[in-house]
Amino acid sequence: MRNKLNMVQAINLALDQEMGNDDSVVAIGQDIGVNGGVFRVTEGLFEKYGESRVIDTPLAESAILGTSIGMAVAGLKPVAEMQFSGFSYLMFGQLEGHAARLRSRTQGAISVPLVVRMPYGGGVRALEHHSESREAMYGHVPGVKVVIPSTPSNARALLVSAIRDPDPVIFMEPKRSYRAFREEVSEEEHVMEIGKAQVLQEGTDLTVVSWGAMMRPTLQAVEEVQDQRGVSIELIDLLTISPMDGDTISGSVEKTGRCVVVQEAPKSFGPSSEIIATINDNALMYLEAPVRRVSGYDVATPYFGREPAYLPTNGRIRRAIEETLDF
Amino acid sequence: MIANTCEPEAVDRQQPYALDLRERTFKISHLQILDEQCNLDAEREPDLSTEDLIRLYRSMVLARAVDDRMLKLQRQGRIGTFPLCTGQEAASCGPALAMTPKDWFVGSFRELAGRLLRGEPIENGFLLFNGYEEGNVFQGGERTLPVSIIIAAQALHAVGIAYAMKIRGETDSAVVCFLGDGATSQGDFHEAMNFASVWQVPVVFVCANNHWAISLPREKQTHSQTLAQKAIAYDMPGIQVDGNDALATYQATKDALDRARAGGGPTFIEAVTYRLMMHTTSDDPSRYQLPEQLQAWQARDPLIRFKGYLEAKGIWNDEQEAGLEAEVRQQIDDAVKAFEARNDFKPDAPFDHVFGTKVPRIEEQRTEFLDHLREESTDAQ
Ligand SMILES: Cc1ncc(C[n+]2csc(CCOP(=O)(O)OP(=O)(O)O)c2C)c(N)n1
Ligand SMILES: [Mg+2]
Repeated sequence: MRNKLNMVQAINLALDQEMGNDDSVVAIGQDIGVNGGVFRVTEGLFEKYGESRVIDTPLAESAILGTSIGMAVAGLKPVAEMQFSGFSYLMFGQLEGHAARLRSRTQGAISVPLVVRMPYGGGVRALEHHSESREAMYGHVPGVKVVIPSTPSNARALLVSAIRDPDPVIFMEPKRSYRAFREEVSEEEHVMEIGKAQVLQEGTDLTVVSWGAMMRPTLQAVEEVQDQRGVSIELIDLLTISPMDGDTISGSVEKTGRCVVVQEAPKSFGPSSEIIATINDNALMYLEAPVRRVSGYDVATPYFGREPAYLPTNGRIRRAIEETLDF
Repeated sequence: MIANTCEPEAVDRQQPYALDLRERTFKISHLQILDEQCNLDAEREPDLSTEDLIRLYRSMVLARAVDDRMLKLQRQGRIGTFPLCTGQEAASCGPALAMTPKDWFVGSFRELAGRLLRGEPIENGFLLFNGYEEGNVFQGGERTLPVSIIIAAQALHAVGIAYAMKIRGETDSAVVCFLGDGATSQGDFHEAMNFASVWQVPVVFVCANNHWAISLPREKQTHSQTLAQKAIAYDMPGIQVDGNDALATYQATKDALDRARAGGGPTFIEAVTYRLMMHTTSDDPSRYQLPEQLQAWQARDPLIRFKGYLEAKGIWNDEQEAGLEAEVRQQIDDAVKAFEARNDFKPDAPFDHVFGTKVPRIEEQRTEFLDHLREESTDAQ
C-alpha cells in the first residue's frame, strides 16, 4: 500500500515500523512521549509501545546522549531526539568523547549503534537557537555518520537504515520541509544506503549539489534555467554529509565540467568546502569553470525578522548556475 | 596546607549501618505571607511603601495584559512564537522589587513581569518575539542580561558575575538568577550551584517551579520531593516560597540578597507557582494537562490575591483599578503602534556585530549580501 505522507508522518512511520520489528529499538527525548514531540514526529508511539520504550526524559541533552550510549552498549538501539539542533551542543562532549570513539577505543569490541534525530534549519519564523544549520560540526567528528534527508520518502528510508546501522548516526531533519509537501511512501520495507548521494536527474552541462531543505529552491532554480536556456543539468542530492560520497560528485563533474554547490549553512568550513576540495582532488583537470557555492553567511543566524534575506533563495541559486554556465 | 581531616558534622558514626537510611534529617522551610484567601501573616508583612506596593501590582497587571495582547497578535500573525508568563507574575515581580539597579538580573524567558518592573520597555518583547535582536537591549539595562533560551546556561553566567562582584569588593550588589524547574535537570544548573557554593559568591537563584517543562510534569523532572532540597547537597540554604504570593517572593529574595551582599554566600529559592497558559504559542497543553489541576491553580491567581491585599490595606479601590486598566491598555496600544511603525531595521546589521572589529572576510560577505538583496529586489519588479 502507498500513502501520501509528509516528512513528519514518514519519519513516524519509520520509527513505528522499526520499533514494531525490533524490541531493542527505543525512542528517548524531551516531550516525545505523552506530547508526541513538539513537531509530533513521535505521535502515537507512546500509546503503542509504552513508557519504557518511548522515554520522556528530564531536561538534559548530555544525559539523553550519555544514557543512550549506555543503552546501546548494553544492546538496545536508542533513537534519541534533540528537540532542536540548537540544543544539541549540550551533548557534544558525549558525542565526540564517547559515542564516536568507543569502537576505536576498544578496537571494535564495543560499538554504539544509536541515532540522534534533530530538526535543523531556518525558514519557519522560530526563536533564537531554533534555526541553525550546523551539520558541519557533526561532519567533522570521525566515527559519526551524518545524514540529512530531503523528502518524506528518503527520510523514511534513511532513518530505517540509520537505526539498523552499527554506528552512531546524526539524523538532521530539515524542519522547513516537515510539512511542506507530501509524497507517496510505501508501507513496504524501504531502505537507502547511508553514504550514497542520489543523482536526481542526469545532465551534461553542469552539476548542482545540495541537500536538506535547500533541495527545493535548488530544484526550482535548476528547472528555471533548463527551461530558459535548454541546458542539461545534473542534480545531486547529497543525503549523507559524512562519510561523503565523493565518487558520485567527482564522477558527475568529470562529465559536466561545471559545478554549483548550495548549502544553507554559513559559508566557511561547511560541507560545500569539503565538496569543492573533493572535486579539486579528483576532477580538477575536468573543470571548465571555478566551482561556485551559494551559502549562508558567516554571521550568527539572524532572528527571523531578517532571516529570509540570509537564506539562499532560488534567485541566488539561479544566478550562480547561469554565471557558471557562462564562465 | 594539611588536608582537613575533621569529620564533617553531617557524618554520624553513631547511626547503625544501613544502606538506605530513609529517616529524613532535613526539613525545607516554606514562606507564605499572603494566602489565596487574602489572609495576611501580619508578623511577616514586609515593610514596603504604598508606592512600592502599587508598583508591584502595576507590573503584574501590565505583564498579564501584555501577555493577553501578545497572544492576540500572535494568533493574527502579527508577532511570532512567544512564551507566556500568565500565572507566574509574582514569581518574578517580587524578586525584581527586592533588587536595586546595582544588582544583576539574569533571567530565563518567562520573567516578563519582573523585567517590566525593572524598567524594560514593553516594546522590547514585541521586537524580540517578532524576530529582531533590537528587543534584547534597553536604556538602563546595563545590569540586565537578555532572555536566555538555552535552559540553565544563564545560571553559570550569574555565578561568574557574582564572582566578579566578589573580587572587586562590591558589597552593595548581588545577582538574581531566574530559572525553571526543568532547568534543575541540566548539568549547567548543578555546576552553577557547586561553583556558587565553592566560591561563596553573592548570587540568589530564583527557581520558578511552575509544575511543567513543556509537557513534562514536575514529578517526572526530578524524584526529589522539593527542588529546594537540591541546595542541601551544596551546603547552601534552600527554601520554598509560595510563588504566587508576591509578598513572600519579595521577602525571601530580599533576605537572600541582604545575606549575599553581606558576604553570606548564595541562596536557592524555589518559588512554587503554576503556568496558567500554554508553554509557548506553539504548544497545546490539552495533550498532557488535566483540567482539574489547571482550575485548582487558577483559584490561586497571584493578581487577585494581591489586589485583595491592597484593598484590605485601604490603598486600592475600584476607581483606581479602572484607572490602571485604562492606563495599561493605552500603554500597550502605544507600544504596539510604535513597534508596528518601525522600519529602521538595517538589513545587514548581522554583519555589524559578528566581532568587535572589522574583518575583511566578513566585509566581503556583506558586500555580496547587499548585492544579492539588490538583485532580489530587481527580480521582484
Ligand atoms: C538546552 C535546551 N533544551 C531544550 C530546550 C527546549 N525547551 C524550551 S523551554 C523548555 C522547558 C523548560 O522548562 P522549565 O525550565 O521548567 O521552564 P518553564 O518553561 O516551565 O518556564 C524546553 C525543553 C531549550 N530551550 N534549551
Ligand atoms: Mg517549568
